[in-house]
Amino acid sequence: MLAKRIIPCLDVTAGRVVKGVSFVELRDAGDPVEIAKRYDDQGADELTFLDITASSDDRGIIFRIIEQVASQVFIPLTVGGGVREVQDVRNLLNAGADKVSINTSAVTNPQLVADAAARYGSQCIVVAIDAKQVAPGKWEVFTHGGRKATGLDAVEWAKKMQTLGAGEILLTSMDQDGQKKGFDLALTRAVTDALEIPVIASGGVGNLQHLADGVKLGGADAVLAASIFHFGEYTVQQAKQFMAQQGIEVRL
Amino acid sequence: MTDIAIVDYGMGNLRSVYQAVHKVAPDASLVVTDDPQVVAAAKRVIFPGQGAMPDCMRELDARGLRQAVLEAARNKPFLGICIGLQMLFEHSAEGNVPGLGVLPGEVVRFASELRDAQGNKLKVPHMGWNQVHRIQNPLKATVAPSPTGGGLGRGNTLEHPLWNGIPQDARFYFVHSYYVQPSDASLVQATSDYPQPFVCAAARDNLFAVQFHPEKSAAAGLQLLQNFINWNPL
Repeated sequence: MLAKRIIPCLDVTAGRVVKGVSFVELRDAGDPVEIAKRYDDQGADELTFLDITASSDDRGIIFRIIEQVASQVFIPLTVGGGVREVQDVRNLLNAGADKVSINTSAVTNPQLVADAAARYGSQCIVVAIDAKQVAPGKWEVFTHGGRKATGLDAVEWAKKMQTLGAGEILLTSMDQDGQKKGFDLALTRAVTDALEIPVIASGGVGNLQHLADGVKLGGADAVLAASIFHFGEYTVQQAKQFMAQQGIEVRL
Repeated sequence: MTDIAIVDYGMGNLRSVYQAVHKVAPDASLVVTDDPQVVAAAKRVIFPGQGAMPDCMRELDARGLRQAVLEAARNKPFLGICIGLQMLFEHSAEGNVPGLGVLPGEVVRFASELRDAQGNKLKVPHMGWNQVHRIQNPLKATVAPSPTGGGLGRGNTLEHPLWNGIPQDARFYFVHSYYVQPSDASLVQATSDYPQPFVCAAARDNLFAVQFHPEKSAAAGLQLLQNFINWNPL
């Protein structure tokens, strides 16, 4: 049967992988190409790169990184960050990305999702949703790295993105992100149950049980984590073995 | 002369296919091309595809590539990938369009509201790494092995040479919502389960085609591409 996917996430700025808590206190985790190769060797099912570069001067760096990774790592690569128009999608695909993740621009210009999916296929369009709990069982979509409220209900928004042609949803809990206390399982469950397309759970992983819970309790099709892998706490292989012991189908 | 032509009919991104083939055949002359003459002259042809089948068929014809692809599928080592498998069949439920009709059968969609044995919802598209179950004894009991020798493997089972060095039930990366239903069971090379078995590899003579993406399937995928480069079915 189909395996649940484990996806290490690399936040990249100025050519380096970094990780911070809620976008502050960024800590250097190393060279993106080296890290990508390491995770591939460990059995990562996919890799996600988020370009968090603030300066437009450094925008070209991500393309060179993706080109280098794509010539050496033969698993699906997703790239997001700063995707504003169809041309950005095209440029990332041409650099070697297999999927492009659209976040803020999906809110400001939903037609971008429809246009990109129509042009390049739903299989390569991931819509990233950053959500915060606003009431029991209610989550709101935030943009601009979690700073800007949109008034949109996260579950309804996810359904709309599916309708427009998203092939997959990358769902991040802004409440949990960086806290290492586990995914927001209720949010994950609410979104995955509402959709036909796969959902990647993100935000809050601090240990391997959190990954397993995202699948077993949250119903996620894939789980994404960054810092537990970057700083050597666990390897991807260890994560998969742990999940397999819990009865989760994984690619070992 | 081009060793390997990757057919580009303007749908999706072929860089991944190029990169992976270049990795296993660094010395081969390898081109991504929309020129029918280049496809016609190439020794081997890879026919990939992404997106929706009606768009793929339209774009293939818009570039005048149909005849070159049909000929390649009949007379030289030919590897179809994803929509490149589906387009070989007679008809697709996606957009209700005819395919190239190289292989007999239909392309159909996964049912909605699929559930696994534990009752969990199965998403469509079928996306991720699934096990590929090879047919150890292809349903060819009444058919002699190919006189070209293409089908004979080690031992007493018939294993296609494109599986050389790949473990049975190895996982490959899939992303698709439709799958093929050949009307000739002898075409079936492998199945995968979601949750019911569906055909994920089909072959005949010089032609081999897969639903999964070998170019994105790590070591197993590179091995399959390597086997295709080394395959001499004719």
